[in-house]
Amino acid sequence: MLMEPILEVDNLRVYYRSVWGDYKSVDGVSFKAYRNEVLSIAGESGCGKSTLVEGILRLVKPPGYIPTGKVIFEGIDILRVPEEELRRIRWSKLAYVPQGAMNSLNPVIKVEEQMVDAIIDHGGMDKEKAKEVALLMLKEVGLPIEVADMYPHQLSGGMKQRVIIATAIALKPSLVIADEPTTALDVVVQRGILQLLRMLKENYRMTVIMVSHDMAAHAQVADRIAIMYAGKIVEVGSISQVFEDPLHPYTKGLISAIPAIGKKYVKGIPGLAPSPLNWPSGCRFHPRCQHAIELCVKVEPPMREVERERFVACHLYG
Amino acid sequence: MDQPLLELRNVSREFKVGGGLGLFSRRIIKAVDAVSFSMPSKPWITALIGESGSGKTTIARMILGLLPPTSGEILYRGRKVSEWIKKNKMEYYREVQPIFQDPYSIYNPFYRVDRVLEVTIKKFKLASNRKEARDLIIKAMEDIGLRPEDLLGRYPHQLSGGERQRFMLTRILLIKPRLIVADEPISMIDVSLRAIFLDHLLSFKEKHGISCLYISHDLHTASYLADNIVILCYGRIVEEGPKNQVIEDPLHPYTKLLISSIPVPDPKRRWTDKIDLTLIESLKKFRVEKGCVFSARCPYVMEKCLSQTPQLKNISPETKIACHLYHSEK
Repeated sequence: MLMEPILEVDNLRVYYRSVWGDYKSVDGVSFKAYRNEVLSIAGESGCGKSTLVEGILRLVKPPGYIPTGKVIFEGIDILRVPEEELRRIRWSKLAYVPQGAMNSLNPVIKVEEQMVDAIIDHGGMDKEKAKEVALLMLKEVGLPIEVADMYPHQLSGGMKQRVIIATAIALKPSLVIADEPTTALDVVVQRGILQLLRMLKENYRMTVIMVSHDMAAHAQVADRIAIMYAGKIVEVGSISQVFEDPLHPYTKGLISAIPAIGKKYVKGIPGLAPSPLNWPSGCRFHPRCQHAIELCVKVEPPMREVERERFVACHLYG
Repeated sequence: MDQPLLELRNVSREFKVGGGLGLFSRRIIKAVDAVSFSMPSKPWITALIGESGSGKTTIARMILGLLPPTSGEILYRGRKVSEWIKKNKMEYYREVQPIFQDPYSIYNPFYRVDRVLEVTIKKFKLASNRKEARDLIIKAMEDIGLRPEDLLGRYPHQLSGGERQRFMLTRILLIKPRLIVADEPISMIDVSLRAIFLDHLLSFKEKHGISCLYISHDLHTASYLADNIVILCYGRIVEEGPKNQVIEDPLHPYTKLLISSIPVPDPKRRWTDKIDLTLIESLKKFRVEKGCVFSARCPYVMEKCLSQTPQLKNISPETKIACHLYHSEK
């Protein structure tokens, strides 16, 4: 099957200015997302996952800035297109479910009205049609119809998250980016949300990028996975390749640290995540890597395609 | 059977909510509804598992004497917790210690981290002089795997999250209580550091005989840590049993749903069936007046489940279930 890229990110950097210098939160990230796939972006907290998403969507606010990089979405240069056009693309073609999105609902407006407003605003529908779509979408995400007439505080976190997803997909965007969509939700609700994201791909033929620290969640829904460490992507592959045969020592650590029922021992990765203010020299993982050699301290390993669509940035595979 | 370390007998806690105009619009929520369970006197870890709003934090607060039960009794070594606290608070906290969710909140940013431990030693009179106190601190830190020379004399912000939480464990090790009440202790710790934390709880049990009531929403860590598991659903216990039974052969429909919802970290073992999205949550925020608490979401719901509250009963010596599927009333 020929895979057609829907999103191409090239050497994207997102820095934050501070009196101590620049925080290089995202520091040269390149990857592609293909049409009709679920792509996962995984990594520990502080690795730059959320900042990467903000960079892709051009949502970086000062003191943040984008020193270099290119983001091409369906042929459109997102970082350079006029603001007005970008506004049209967001929601209608490119939907974003930010981290903690369920807390972004307006507490004094009923669910249906908020959904209808968003749909009219970005989709150019009349009110009747928008209402119809809103109710249909609530049904799609498994919420009872009464929810439409309720205020956000009457709903649980998981229900609010489903309202957000229902709104995000109402205009049938081609790409949905969800940042930590299951964090802070109960396990049964998490499963529902993960299944819902998978459904976006299978039933609506959307592309989904899911950003999460939860490796088990990725294992359940992703087609491909990109592993992020210290502002960079260190490994990319199909979900089965990466889980069965992780290449980068960091990925290996991350996978062996996943707790699983019945598993005897959960091993953490020794050492601490470095600071974006002062990334380690050479390979950024070298201070925590048991395979580190002198080369790793001095030279930053480039991203290599070790087999088709299988990338790793590590001198062990040089 | 010898005297249990901790015993909850029919403990309920109600909260009044709402109000606004007039007393009559007030509603009473049963956050905890007739909960009974006990922990043995031998070193033991019980995991109390529940989703958000299941009443697990309320139970923790009641055991720690921070909140009185509306009805029922909480006994620690055979004596009511309220009595312990009234008579000799320090004696109770010498034996029962909390570990909080947020490792940052116990530090005062203006004091060096040493102070947390020094105050503990002073309060519980663990040492007779400064030298002895210092030695105790250093010994405890080394046991936790922290380097005293690196950490002592520093300020809280100079420590990483993991170091701060392990510093908390040092405090526990100084006090050596008999029971730790740990309410979601690892939810703020990075995944890679969680294992280290859990292993310390295990070694506390094995090396120092410290029991733990591990309160969490997370069955993964419970399965790693606990001897037995208690499942809480909307304020009521629905299942209780040895770890392996609850994890491998859950009986209550709610426990079954919980366990089957845990994502397996293996792309080859994906969920094959689709969960019914309309059953993952219920709009009913408040406790049902009668009938089973899980009836609104239960795929096996029967008429009886709506009218009669199922009682928690033994179905084997170690396993208790509250579900009409397993109890045929005569």
